[in-house]
Amino acid sequence: MKCRTCRGPAIIDLKAHNANFCAEHFLAFCREQVARAIKKHRMLGPDERVLVAVSGGKDSLAVWDILLELGYQADGFVIGLGIGEYSETSTGYARAFASERGLTLHETSLRDDHGFDVPTAAEVTRRVPCSACGLSKRHLFDKAAIDGGYDAVATGHNLDDEAAVLFGNTLRWNTEYLGRQRPVLPARDGFPRKIKPLVRLGEREMAAYCVIRGIDYIVEECPMAAGNKHLRYKEALNAIEAESPGSKHAFYHEFLSKAADRFADDAAGAIADGTSELGTCTRCGSPSSNEVCAFCLLVERTADAVPVTLGERRGARR
Amino acid sequence: MKVLLRNPRRELDVDGPVRVDTLLRRLEINRESVLVIRSGELVPGDAELGDDDVIEIRPVISGGA
Ligand code: SF4
Ligand SMILES: [Zn+2]
Ligand SMILES: [Zn+2]
Repeated sequence: MKCRTCRGPAIIDLKAHNANFCAEHFLAFCREQVARAIKKHRMLGPDERVLVAVSGGKDSLAVWDILLELGYQADGFVIGLGIGEYSETSTGYARAFASERGLTLHETSLRDDHGFDVPTAAEVTRRVPCSACGLSKRHLFDKAAIDGGYDAVATGHNLDDEAAVLFGNTLRWNTEYLGRQRPVLPARDGFPRKIKPLVRLGEREMAAYCVIRGIDYIVEECPMAAGNKHLRYKEALNAIEAESPGSKHAFYHEFLSKAADRFADDAAGAIADGTSELGTCTRCGSPSSNEVCAFCLLVERTADAVPVTLGERRGARR
Repeated sequence: MKVLLRNPRRELDVDGPVRVDTLLRRLEINRESVLVIRSGELVPGDAELGDDDVIEIRPVISGGA
């Protein structure tokens, strides 16, 4: 197996791209793919400041590293989610990455700064943990970007993530979400621009990138994620990919170029309904169509709850 | 050789030499969802693993929103 670029010994084969690479040229390939995504979808201008939503996992650390390599001004932001040892370990990887490189990493903790954690929120709201977790992340990343004067929030969503979400939305023909599933969401009404620079790279590539760059990240799965739909969709897509390499890329990117626009009205209608009287939350000042935003309501609802210890969670649904 | 698997973490003993892709097939692991690592370095599918190797089969799929 030889490197496509230099004909030296290859260390990774990318069937979807019909190419093999040595370590050096694989890293170059990853940077090129990110640069292409940024340019094609007009994610960032050359002098813009970007806040990276960091989790301590492979994708967020890789996207941070690649943005820096490409010369962007990128700081990180990490949230202590309070998911037991998993959260502590992953935050530790984010801190180590930042401190080894002298980078700015902003931090907040759900428990210390907002009085709850993900397992407790799941119990109180009787919803899947990922729902309170996702809500908190969106709110806090948005707010940190606006408050810090950043031009955009970058997340580590990769091709596998986006293909799995697209698969789920297509199975149910959720046209509103289909219309909104883009690698860039422009800034609007007090929300920052959101960008997904890894949409041309798969999960296996991102893990390989971290191994080659010597980036330590949390390999363990979030204990709240086990067996969720998102994982099952990824497995299903990987089974197809194994038989027919390039399927995930075609599924997602052909959707963007050929189909996403067709659902634009569904998404626009939903946004207009939800935000017809968009004001600001009276407690935190974030944009909200209600007097109190969903995050501040969650803070209120969980304020008196007894903290849930992991492993003792009862009756929560997935 | 020693093979370390994750999620959950466990160890297997496998007789070498064996090619990486043969090993994955034998363990019924989809190559799209893992990396094979030997002493901190990635090993490609056509590499031969020796009897004394210690390797990690690292899952690359993560869940969540
Ligand atoms: S898997 Fe769910 S609960 Fe765990 S970090 Fe991701 S979104 Fe949060
Ligand atoms: Zn090369
Ligand atoms: Zn609020």
